[in-house]
Amino acid sequence: MGSITLKQVTKNFDEVNVIKPLDLEIKDGEFIVFVGPSGCGKSTLLRMIAGLEDTTSGNIEIDGQDATHTPPAKRGLAMVFQSYALYPHMTVRNNIAFPLKRAKVSPAEIESKIANAAKILNLTDYLDRKPGQLSGGQRQRVAIGRAIVRQPSAFLFDEPLSNLDASLRVNMRLEISELHKSLSTTMIYVTHDQVEAMTMADRIAVFNGGIIEQVGTPLELYKHPVNEFVAGFIGSPKMNFIAVPQSEDKKTVNLGIRPEHFIISQEQGTYKGTVGVIEHLGSESFLHVTLECGTTVTVKADGDCPLQYGDAIFLSAQENKTHKFDKNGLTIKTTL
Amino acid sequence: MATTNSRTLARFMLLPSVTLLLAWMIVPLCMTLYFSFIDYNLLVPGEKEFVGFLNYEFFLTDPAFFESFFNTLLLVTGVLLITICGGIGLAILLDQAIWGRNYVRIMVLAPFFVMPTVSALVWKNMLMNPVNGLFAHFAIWLGFDPIDFFAQMPLFSIIIIVSWQWLPFAALILLTAIQSLDREQLEAADLDGAGPLSKFFYIVLPHLSRAVTAVILIETIFLLSIFAEILVTTSGGPGYSSTNITYLIYTQSLLQFDVGGGSAGGIVAVIIANIVAIFLMRLIGKNLEG
Amino acid sequence: MTIKDSRRSKLIYTIAAWTISGMIFFPILWTLITSFKTESEAISATPALFAFEWTLENYSDVLSRSPYFNHFWNSVVISLGSSLLGLLIAVPAAWSMAFVQTKKTKHLLMWMLSTKMLPPVGVLIPIYLLFRDFGLLDTKLGLVIVMTLINLPIMVWMLYTYFREIPNEILEASRMDGATIGEEIFHVLLPIALPGIASTLLLNVILSWNEAFWTLILTAANAAPLTAFIASYSSPEGLFYAKLSAASAMAIVPILILGWFSQKQLVRGLSFGAVK
Repeated sequence: MGSITLKQVTKNFDEVNVIKPLDLEIKDGEFIVFVGPSGCGKSTLLRMIAGLEDTTSGNIEIDGQDATHTPPAKRGLAMVFQSYALYPHMTVRNNIAFPLKRAKVSPAEIESKIANAAKILNLTDYLDRKPGQLSGGQRQRVAIGRAIVRQPSAFLFDEPLSNLDASLRVNMRLEISELHKSLSTTMIYVTHDQVEAMTMADRIAVFNGGIIEQVGTPLELYKHPVNEFVAGFIGSPKMNFIAVPQSEDKKTVNLGIRPEHFIISQEQGTYKGTVGVIEHLGSESFLHVTLECGTTVTVKADGDCPLQYGDAIFLSAQENKTHKFDKNGLTIKTTL
Repeated sequence: MATTNSRTLARFMLLPSVTLLLAWMIVPLCMTLYFSFIDYNLLVPGEKEFVGFLNYEFFLTDPAFFESFFNTLLLVTGVLLITICGGIGLAILLDQAIWGRNYVRIMVLAPFFVMPTVSALVWKNMLMNPVNGLFAHFAIWLGFDPIDFFAQMPLFSIIIIVSWQWLPFAALILLTAIQSLDREQLEAADLDGAGPLSKFFYIVLPHLSRAVTAVILIETIFLLSIFAEILVTTSGGPGYSSTNITYLIYTQSLLQFDVGGGSAGGIVAVIIANIVAIFLMRLIGKNLEG
Repeated sequence: MTIKDSRRSKLIYTIAAWTISGMIFFPILWTLITSFKTESEAISATPALFAFEWTLENYSDVLSRSPYFNHFWNSVVISLGSSLLGLLIAVPAAWSMAFVQTKKTKHLLMWMLSTKMLPPVGVLIPIYLLFRDFGLLDTKLGLVIVMTLINLPIMVWMLYTYFREIPNEILEASRMDGATIGEEIFHVLLPIALPGIASTLLLNVILSWNEAFWTLILTAANAAPLTAFIASYSSPEGLFYAKLSAASAMAIVPILILGWFSQKQLVRGLSFGAVK
């Protein structure tokens, strides 16, 4: 079991309020990602769930039991840290055995659990090495191994991939996702990288300034962001925001169009603009287009897009793919 | 970044250190303060009368105080001057590519590990002795009269001995600081056409300023309390010519048994040290934040 | 600059460095050499550097005529005892300050350092009188107490700087793994910090070994460590150069060797972290 319920949880550091009253229900077996810019409170909340930080007010319930004041060791959770936090003086074997020894598991059982975890994580050949002799990816796997042997009710990941290089990150992303599928244990995963959030999550919670802006499945957030912040944060490259002249529409202040939702034309369209830098990625191209109103937008085009720097083009949005935001940045619901 | 639990525990773990240091600092200091206001001589049993600032008056107007205050000042500044200048020179030299740098380092560092009584006696007897000392032999060999160091220039001799002990410390700290200098800065200066002198004055010296300040302050704290070197070489003499404040207080309290006067002197010494300490704490405090 | 030029400048620097460091080291070298001379050779007007008859007589004289081993043992007990006792008190304090930082931590550290800056003469009389009244004068226990207290700030400070380099996440990981606070300190913190703890211990042994204010004032025949023993050579025995040298050599050589091992940590410990 591994359901976690946060009820009106807040956190103050001295006088500074970093988490505003917050409710969240995490279902058993769910992979939930906390995403947001740095300093938004996502890591703090994770550490509060772990018990590494006090909760200023409100309740944290794990499997229906109030765990607000339970010390971290007694919560039955496992955590994978950004720096891996491996014990540098212990071999991989002892690193993985550490939580089991603390739990007074019998030596024979420890051996079999280590062997099992090592097999899953491809660490069998490295069990007698020290962390210093491992690559970043291997260290990451040891950290995960240390977490899974305890069979925790939930895994907490604190930006676990941010110290890895780009290609390794993609691999580890897949490995963690696969691990989730095979263990089907609750996982809470903190990241500032929205690609990680989109690719791994069952549900995403978007954090900003100590509050959760929106919780939903990746596609919900992509298709129906509740406000400008979520709209801008989810999706890569970012959504374009174009100011709407006040005369046209009383309520709409900004129009949001994702780069992939533009129609490019040489003859006609809603917006006239000049092509600036073009980034050719092979499979696709990103055009940076300066509109007549002065706004620069990013436009996704085909990989073999023939346009040149300085070309004049017209852009329009695909039907029903625009997002309207009012003066408070909130999405104006359109009836679809 | 912690929980209430760990904070409570942390307070508990700090308790022994804090209590002991508090006791070590406050209790004796208060006693010293108390003694400094009473007439208390270990040889004169009986009444311990409250005498107000009389002890301070006696201590501060005693010509011996002026002489030893001046000696303390001379001792501290003399040693600082020698160790800082010598230390910078040594640090730059040791920073160069040389053969056997490790051995050189070990030799330079060695005097710091020699206990003060040994270094004072070795210098006094084997090097500076006017009859059998090595310096005397050397002077005679060169055709000069040997110098009777501790009779003719007692304080200067002590300055030499103490400088020899502290030069390694200054050199080592300054060498560490020099080695932390960004080589690219010097290479950029090379490209800008800077000569060795301007590189030294505009890049190396400013870079060292922090370390030099640290050396000055730390050495001062220790140099104010120089004791063993004086005790085993001159015993403060001839007269008071090599007595510093620490030694003066020692003679007053434990040789003349004047607890009141010695205590007043102790409080004066604490005040002087505090003035230095304040500057040192500021420097370290800045470092703590960075 | 050509390769030849740089070789030449390296040669010049090398000669300069060896000459100067040789001069600095000379008094120690001379002491070591003299300790192997006969007394008459030692005061000879034409002192010999190596060409003399080497003898171990001075060492056997010092060892047989004075309770040298007593004093040596006192030094060992006082310096090692105070350093170990200090560690016992300082490790928990340094743990607290390094891993459970509050706004007060910095002030506390500064205050601890400030006690180190208190001149010993400021507390000379009370300590002397208290020691007299409690029967601690001229006892090893008394000196262990004093040495522990005067070096405690440096120990806390050094350990603090070492502990600070250990990522908090590792300790948090152990907490998540179900370790109690004791297990956290003994299985995780101490093994990782072992090199730092060892050098803290080493530096404090050196400092206590060489301390020459309290050891001279608070001891007489019984508990006197080597500092006080050597001071007794100030006169007239000091004129027996060879024996003085032998006694001195035996007092400084152990600590010279320890010191050379700890030279890197020395900077950090003695500058209170102001220079790293």
